[in-house]
Amino acid sequence: MQHERPIRVLVAKPGLDGHDRGAKVIARALRDAGMEVIYTGLQQTPQMIVEAALQEDVDCIGLSILSGAHMTLLPKIHQLLVEQEGEDILVIAGGIISDADAAELKNNHGIAAVFGPGASTHDIIDFIRAQVRPTTVEG
Amino acid sequence: MELATLVEKALAGNRRALSRLVTVVETGDALAQRALAQVFPHTGKAHIVGVTGAPGTGKSTLVNQLALHWRQAGRTVAIVAVDPTSPFSGGAILGDRIRMQALGGDPGCYIRSMASRGSLGGLARATGDAIKVLDAAGYDVIIVETVGAGQAEVEITREAHTVIVVEIPGMGDDIQAIKAGILEIADVFVVNKADREGVERTVRQLRMMLHLGAGEHRDGWEPPIVQTVASSGLHIAEAAAAVEQHLAHLQHNNLLRQRESQRLEREWNTILREQALAALHARVPAAEWQQLLQQMLERQIDPYAAAARVLDQVFQPSDIDVV
Ligand SMILES: Nc1nc2c(ncn2[C@@H]2O[C@H](COP(=O)(O)OP(=O)(O)OP(=O)(O)O)[C@@H](O)[C@H]2O)c(=O)[nH]1
Ligand SMILES: [Mg+2]
Repeated sequence: MQHERPIRVLVAKPGLDGHDRGAKVIARALRDAGMEVIYTGLQQTPQMIVEAALQEDVDCIGLSILSGAHMTLLPKIHQLLVEQEGEDILVIAGGIISDADAAELKNNHGIAAVFGPGASTHDIIDFIRAQVRPTTVEG
Repeated sequence: MELATLVEKALAGNRRALSRLVTVVETGDALAQRALAQVFPHTGKAHIVGVTGAPGTGKSTLVNQLALHWRQAGRTVAIVAVDPTSPFSGGAILGDRIRMQALGGDPGCYIRSMASRGSLGGLARATGDAIKVLDAAGYDVIIVETVGAGQAEVEITREAHTVIVVEIPGMGDDIQAIKAGILEIADVFVVNKADREGVERTVRQLRMMLHLGAGEHRDGWEPPIVQTVASSGLHIAEAAAAVEQHLAHLQHNNLLRQRESQRLEREWNTILREQALAALHARVPAAEWQQLLQQMLERQIDPYAAAARVLDQVFQPSDIDVV
């Protein structure tokens, strides 16, 4: 049996760089698209992000990352999700990430999509809507 | 996953299953009802603490500190934080966790954000059911943060054993405006942001209001007033002690059971009302509802009579005499 609920997304900002303007813009856009956005603020460690995502039972994790540390932070998040039975959660990233890194993240580290600074919020919303698998529990 | 397996895993301490189970009850559908049936026998053990107050008064910061305090005392803590759903998009931004970072990485603490999903009164429709799941999962204390609203939220008194109302200095006249509401619902007053000017004045005003309303205190309990600085942790121990004393007061006077009985009766009646109406809709053809509505519009029949027409078809007339 399937049940409907708003899509839930955790929007987080891993790493140490200081501002979260981009993350807030995304959070508001997702809310305006009818999603429930759990916003956790700045400087999140991979452990904190994965813990919050699992407690909140989100469908998607949206990571805004500008620090350049994406090749360590994103694989770590994926690894923690796999370890904690959370690999069904869609993980997407936004920020300045080279094509080569993006390909590596998508092919080997469970990142479903990488959105560059030029991506529109519509693209992100459409992608999430298309990719999120509905939660199913059988009664 | 099978529902029974999910419940079993959730109650055995599996976090992922617990989170999924909260999601299930949050939808309020038939599956949610079956889930609650399995959960219900295990409920009734936790101390449920509500935290309410105007936007930005420091509720989440206080919840974070209280949770840290009780964790240090060796008690497990679950938090449900409710934020409003946008009436325009149906979406929500749930930001209470931002203030609760210090609780991260602690297996004895679980935090769940809930969107109000259109219900008014400071809680989501399913908040009570989420509390049941967390209670059954064995958390000792469940702290519920309501939507920050301008006025006192009565809804929380229906779910919590102990309600903390958070005020801040400089709300002087506002306190006057809402005094009836907050006097009714507060078991503990926290005047937070006590590092700010005017805290003495706010405390004085609250005390005055309490004394004006003397004799009306719920359950023979005079709500204590505690001054805190939640952002630094000052006087959190006092606030926690006040909450614990309130619980002890309820226990010693057999009031806990009485409250629980009132709560269950209210919940049961709500369910009955909803389901009875649904049953009536199922039994009486839609065309007939429309016809009765038309007759009311034309002032040929009044709403009481229209209700009687529907009820007559389902119950024996002798049953309805008592209504
Ligand atoms: N000066 C001072 N600031 C505080 C205190 N407690 C909390 N704050 C600050 O007040 C602001 C709001 O705190 P929150 O805990 O988010 O308030 P809230 O009541 O949960 O807000 P909503 O959930 O949006 O209604 C934050 O910037 C806190 O750091 C305090 O005791 N003193
Ligand atoms: Mg808050």
